[in-house]
Amino acid sequence: MYRTALRNVLASKGRLLMTMLAVLLGTAFVAGTMVFSDSVGQAFKDSQSSSFDNISVQVHNSAAGSDAKASDNNSSALPLTDATVQRIAALPGAQSARGTVTGFAGLSDPQGNLIGERGNTQGSNWVPGADGRDSTYPMVQGTGPVNSRQIAVDQRTAEKNGFKVGDTVRLAVNGPVMQMTVTGIFTTVDPQVKAGGSLVLFDTATAQQLYLKAGQFTTIQAVAKPGTSEQQLLSEVLPVLPHSGNITAKTGVKLSADSTAAVQAATSGMRTALLAFAGIALFVGIFLISNTFTMLIAQRTRETALMRAIGASRRQITNSVLLEALFVGVFASLGGLLAGIGIGAGLKAFLGSGGNLPAGGLVIAPTTVVATLLTGVVVTVVAALLPSIRASRVPPVAAMSSNDQPATQKSLVVRNSIGAAFFGTGLAAVLYGAHLGGSSGRLPVGAGAGLILIGAFVLTPLLSRPLIALVGPLFARLYGVSGKLAKQNALRNPRRTAATASALTIGLTLISALTVIGASVTDAVTKQVTSGMKADYAVSVMLGEPVSPSALPAIKSTAGVSATSVIDSQYVKADGRDLSVSGFDADSFSRLVAPTMLDGSAGAIGQGAALVDKSTAASHHWSVGGSARFTYPNGSTGTVRIGGIYQDSGLLGPVMMSESVLSPHTTAPYYSAVLVSGTAGASPALEQALKDSTGRNPLVQVQSQQQMVKEFSSQISLLLNVMYGLLGMAVLIAVLGVVNTLAMSVFERKREIGMLRAIGLDRRGIKRMVRLESVAIALFGAVLGVAIGEFLAWAAVQLLKSSLTGLTTAFPAGQLAAYVLAAALVGLGAALWPARRASRLDILDSIKTS
Amino acid sequence: MTTTLLTAAARAVGLSKVYGEGDTRVTALDQVSVEFVRGQFTAIMGPSGSGKSTLMHCMAGLDSVTAGSATIGDTELGGLKDKQLTKLRRDQIGFVFQSFNLLPTLSALENITLPMDIAGRKPDHAWLDQVVATVGLADRLGHRPSQLSGGQQQRVACARALASRPAIIFADEPTGNLDSRSGAEILGFLRNSVRELGQTVVMVTHDPVAASYADRVVFLADGRIVDEMYGPTADSVLDRMRRFDAKGRTS
Ligand SMILES: Nc1ncnc2c1ncn2[C@@H]1O[C@H](COP(=O)(O)OP(=O)(O)OP(=O)(O)O)[C@@H](O)[C@H]1O
Ligand SMILES: [Mg+2]
Repeated sequence: MYRTALRNVLASKGRLLMTMLAVLLGTAFVAGTMVFSDSVGQAFKDSQSSSFDNISVQVHNSAAGSDAKASDNNSSALPLTDATVQRIAALPGAQSARGTVTGFAGLSDPQGNLIGERGNTQGSNWVPGADGRDSTYPMVQGTGPVNSRQIAVDQRTAEKNGFKVGDTVRLAVNGPVMQMTVTGIFTTVDPQVKAGGSLVLFDTATAQQLYLKAGQFTTIQAVAKPGTSEQQLLSEVLPVLPHSGNITAKTGVKLSADSTAAVQAATSGMRTALLAFAGIALFVGIFLISNTFTMLIAQRTRETALMRAIGASRRQITNSVLLEALFVGVFASLGGLLAGIGIGAGLKAFLGSGGNLPAGGLVIAPTTVVATLLTGVVVTVVAALLPSIRASRVPPVAAMSSNDQPATQKSLVVRNSIGAAFFGTGLAAVLYGAHLGGSSGRLPVGAGAGLILIGAFVLTPLLSRPLIALVGPLFARLYGVSGKLAKQNALRNPRRTAATASALTIGLTLISALTVIGASVTDAVTKQVTSGMKADYAVSVMLGEPVSPSALPAIKSTAGVSATSVIDSQYVKADGRDLSVSGFDADSFSRLVAPTMLDGSAGAIGQGAALVDKSTAASHHWSVGGSARFTYPNGSTGTVRIGGIYQDSGLLGPVMMSESVLSPHTTAPYYSAVLVSGTAGASPALEQALKDSTGRNPLVQVQSQQQMVKEFSSQISLLLNVMYGLLGMAVLIAVLGVVNTLAMSVFERKREIGMLRAIGLDRRGIKRMVRLESVAIALFGAVLGVAIGEFLAWAAVQLLKSSLTGLTTAFPAGQLAAYVLAAALVGLGAALWPARRASRLDILDSIKTS
Repeated sequence: MTTTLLTAAARAVGLSKVYGEGDTRVTALDQVSVEFVRGQFTAIMGPSGSGKSTLMHCMAGLDSVTAGSATIGDTELGGLKDKQLTKLRRDQIGFVFQSFNLLPTLSALENITLPMDIAGRKPDHAWLDQVVATVGLADRLGHRPSQLSGGQQQRVACARALASRPAIIFADEPTGNLDSRSGAEILGFLRNSVRELGQTVVMVTHDPVAASYADRVVFLADGRIVDEMYGPTADSVLDRMRRFDAKGRTS
């Protein structure tokens, strides 16, 4: 058996080529993902390993610096101050304590462009000891910054941008751009810098003024005296800390464990996502593999029957086929492993070339090798299981008959009933889930989507007849006899056509579902931005940082500005729950914001009343004329009249109030944006004037409604493009499947082709026949995929509706049509080689074959 | 000379066909010159391996010739490219092979009209009806080949060859796979198409009875034409064959 199987593999190696390629591509994807994520994870781990060496205990204020959110902005969040640092330093177990301030900085290169990606440049403070040095940041040139006009820059950033000691550089935090003098260039083990980021150092007072308040810190790092353990120091530190939920203390060991865990979580998220796409590709591969073995077995019917006739048992036949699959699986996944290692290395080199990844070698873990080989082998053998059982059913008498056994009608009836049951149940589940909506509908929709797909695959042979018959007349009209024959050929073995098309269906279902969801979300956001807003521009700071209150007067007095309003994002408590409240300038409100009022009036905001959105009003049982009781950020409580109820809007938030009512109850303003209207509407001149008046800070954004929509939709399309790219592998494997099916069909129909040539069909006609068959199969798979994808996207939109206001299903018909067209072209491409082969067949050889 | 030129549907002059080279060199046809006259039913006979199929293939433009020339009507095949040859086969030649003549996906009628479909021509309905009536398949036209008997399939193949009114029909052992009754039907049908429809038919056969349906029998041996006979009967053909055998054995 062993030898027969091996000989079969060798005899049909040409026909197994596509199968091998499919397994190879799928496993290469798996191996590449694992090698890449392992290597990146290791490199990140390495880059962090040394950064916590000098820290015994770290105290962190999560309500300060770049971690701070609007919800941290209340009186219960206590700061870390000079006093805290001194108290820690004075502890018996502490050798030293260092207060640090960190936050994002926008540093311009000599050409005036922002250095690095957003958030990639950090600012911190220089803490010189008695000797004038800071051991955390050894200076390679110059000295540390000592006043508010000086900074030090990390060595790599300085080298990359040609900064030298004495140079003046442009830098901004959330205020106007500052001209700073570089006093020193330092080295650091900071993991963010190792991963390609930049770091600038200010003197402590400047850093505090830029990021916090005078005398405050984001973090305090304490070093234990020799003989004092980290744990001991931690227990000394805890009692002297301000008691507030936003202040946490950890030992150095815990810190490095946490950061390792964070790296692991980050890489494993990416790894899981990539492996999911690899899984899809392999799943598509199953169709191809199974189809190949089915075709091989059909071609070998007589041989198999002969084996049975001379005494081979059914089990032996099955085993021989499975063994053949095993050989294919092993060969192909070995190839896949090698290719995957190459892909992993290439990917790391490519992504690391921009300096965004820490350096490090390639990690090929034993798990990678085992998982890759196992996946490849299991997928191949599982895919060959059904065909192998079918092979064992070949009766010995088939050796005597000349016909290849046709698929019996009965088994299709059984198949169709099963498929219809799956499809129907799935459809019902999805509809039910979509009806429920929200998170409770997620399970039925997810399970239903799976059932629909399975049902559709089981039903494709049945569906192939009417759907392909649709293109028949068109083909016949346009391409005459070649078109007619192509249609007949596509229909003659529904199982084969179905398996080939299904592979494409999977890819197109996912791609078109993503397209529809993406378009729907973009649509909803566009509606929100354009319907709730009348302002021409919104001034905001990147990375979710608030606009500095010091920038406000300059914005207001910019030439051409007719009205401005802040959006002050604060969190209050109502009925014991956190609630986001936005403060607007009441006198300009009506000129900048246009909520869709359902009850009451928007003007009530001018009389000190609050406007609430529909869902918040419902959940708090508030109605117009009633009142709400808030506990404000500064701890005071008060009652506010409800002046109106508006349609939910992600942009406006759940509650709007007059800033003059809100601000006396806050600890600090948090301007998430400043809205601006121009005397002459939006104009490039006004945009530029606003940029100028905010000090041309590269971190400050001045965006019109269109720009906001555009930015958002470009983010979505970037995400979509990445996913399309990853699904490309699945589509590629599906295309291999089409090539494979056609090549095998041409091989099987050799005599027919020879006969057609003899009675006068020319080479072009033969080519056209094969190509059109391919186009028919591809179109069938694509149309099915797009249809299922649209339906599932519709269901997904029903689920998302509750979390994104104004979401309705948008059908980008043009794009979906383009997919179908692209599929037809792909079909044409897949047929190139098989069609060429068919047209080159020697007539006499073909006729004589029997 | 002129008259023969006009009335010859196909002609071979000094036709040679050599397969392989060196040790494996086989001369399948050795300087064969033969004419197939219009409106005549010719049978080609000879021992296995004598070159009958090769002669047919070369004259029908399915195979290239090593030397000499083959002509269909007044078209010399030697100089033709694949495209022109294909067109010639489509428009001027009908084929009936020993087996596998039909496309399994098409109905009997669609198989019959296939050459016209390929050419993009509308079939002549009166003629088609006449052909179908002659083959006696009127009630089977919608059937697929798999639903027809071997004899019926061959009749469909004959109808296809006739339907496009080719200048000549080549049939290679069309009755080879059939029982004698079905074979007789096919042969009767081919003879009628010659007698009544004026068709030219060339048929390769091993069966003296089949040959007796023809107007003329050409005998091939070792790639050469060794004899011919007009108005053959089964007995006379058998007799001639026996003489070859005896000659072959004595020589
Ligand atoms: N493709 C080929 N390559 C090499 N030799 C060939 C080829 N085709 C035919 N021959 C040889 O040419 C000779 C004539 O073959 P051909 O098929 O014409 O014989 P035939 O008279 O039709 O025989 P049969 O009655 O068995 O069909 C034979 O010796 C055969 O072996
Ligand atoms: Mg022969």
